[in-house]
Amino acid sequence: MAQLIREIRASYAFVERNFNLVRRYWGWELVWLAYSIASTLSITYIGAGMEAITGVQVDSNYLILYLLIGTMVWRFLAIVFDNISEMIAWERWEDTIEYTFMAPITRFTQMMGQTVFAVIYSLIFTAVILGVVALFFHLDLRNANLVGAAAMLLVGSLSFIGLGIVASVLPLLFPERGAQMTNVIQAVFLLISGVYYPIEVLPAWMQPLARLSPATFVLEGMRATILNGAPTASLWPYMWPLLVAGIVAVPIGLWVFRLGERYAKRTGKLKRNG
Amino acid sequence: MYDNMQIALDVSAVTKQFVKAKGLRWPWKRKNDDGRKPVVAIDNVSFTVRRGEVFGILGPNGSGKSTLVRCIATLLLPDQGEIVVFGHNVMQEEMAVKRLINRVSVEASFFKKLTPMENLLYGARLYGMEAQDSRKQILAILDRLGLKKEDVYRPMEEMSRGMQQKVAIARAFLTQPILLLLDEPTTGLDPRSKREVQAFVEELRDRHDATILLTTHDMQEADSLCNRVAILDEGRIVALDTPAGLKAQVGRSNGHEVTLEDVFMELTGKQLHREEEAA
Repeated sequence: MAQLIREIRASYAFVERNFNLVRRYWGWELVWLAYSIASTLSITYIGAGMEAITGVQVDSNYLILYLLIGTMVWRFLAIVFDNISEMIAWERWEDTIEYTFMAPITRFTQMMGQTVFAVIYSLIFTAVILGVVALFFHLDLRNANLVGAAAMLLVGSLSFIGLGIVASVLPLLFPERGAQMTNVIQAVFLLISGVYYPIEVLPAWMQPLARLSPATFVLEGMRATILNGAPTASLWPYMWPLLVAGIVAVPIGLWVFRLGERYAKRTGKLKRNG
Repeated sequence: MYDNMQIALDVSAVTKQFVKAKGLRWPWKRKNDDGRKPVVAIDNVSFTVRRGEVFGILGPNGSGKSTLVRCIATLLLPDQGEIVVFGHNVMQEEMAVKRLINRVSVEASFFKKLTPMENLLYGARLYGMEAQDSRKQILAILDRLGLKKEDVYRPMEEMSRGMQQKVAIARAFLTQPILLLLDEPTTGLDPRSKREVQAFVEELRDRHDATILLTTHDMQEADSLCNRVAILDEGRIVALDTPAGLKAQVGRSNGHEVTLEDVFMELTGKQLHREEEAA
């Protein structure tokens, strides 16, 4: 029990530290929020303008909601992924990595703290964007199953946590370019997961790849609940692949990270210089 | 003097080398070429430190001091040899060792936008300490180190290097390590800050049950603080004795009393002379 309390305290250290950093870097947070709101609005306005662009009558409200789900879900998952995958890059930048790695905590404890922060932060950030965007569009959510949508989002974030842990090993192994590599991973997921379009429009060879992305299932499930009001019980076909991906990706991520940490300690890459 | 005291640190035949790239190479050209050469950072180093001892390591830049400290601190894996901290093997019982040690390095290494209180509270939580008690201890330690209360709540980036280094010492002391690794803790500090840090180390040595491994470039510091001193050169220990014993090895020098600096120059300068002769 005493050990559990120690681990919980240690996990909370990361949550508290990260929220303190958010508070101190408030200017950057404000810039990022403004950028995210503008970006979300720009994408969503494509739906509003589709009729004017094509000259063909389309269900603009449906299209707006379709794009908004894509951009909001992607924003949420990407923030979770970023916060986990970039934790090593942050520590390198602040030059604190050796002190964190010298502390008597397991990597699981560290990841737990980072993950709790990532999910809470992402929920708050996404909710603020949604609140602002809702002022610009009339969102008809009468048929939406919001409970089912929330369940889809939480289950989906589990798999992105695992992917984030796997990706976080890159800045550990490649001090100079590891952080950029995580952006490449994110860009590939953005392309293949049907964030702004159905995956059926992708080239045939790319469509099986889309089925390997957890984001595809989150987006399909979210659209089913919000656009079509699909009941929660009917979401199982979307949920089980996400649960499997999460259950597999998290332990694999921790295992890969442990290997990466050992390699970094053997080759002296934990600290870039000195 | 030390025979009956407990062994705090046992470093036995430790070797560590790194492979360094020579210039830029394309990844597919790296195999079987001469672009990567091994550099021996520590070469078969052995010594023991007794409980309660202040053990100094002197050496020129690049002699392997920080690499050795990192190996003890579980941040680097030695290629060969064994490091045992209070009976726990660093490679096999990493977590047990981590609970017993802490380290102060030449760079203060903090989240620069956070305050000393926020940084130290983060550190305390990582070591499983309770927040309320930790806050009181943080204030007490920082006060002892001469930080004003208002400085405790302003960002680290607004502080001088001397103040940052005091906070780094407070971070290490807060977790009450029984083996404290001080890696050039006073390098780059002004004389007053240096003296304050040295006084705190003296206090740790005299009043608390802490064993200290100190690396430094400051010969006077080593002379006044350390029970024994090892001189490291090109990864090898070239001398190990009490400060008085080391001075006795060199004898009188140019009519003045021998200092550790004379010893250091004598033992680490020889190679320079040889290289000059060879050239």
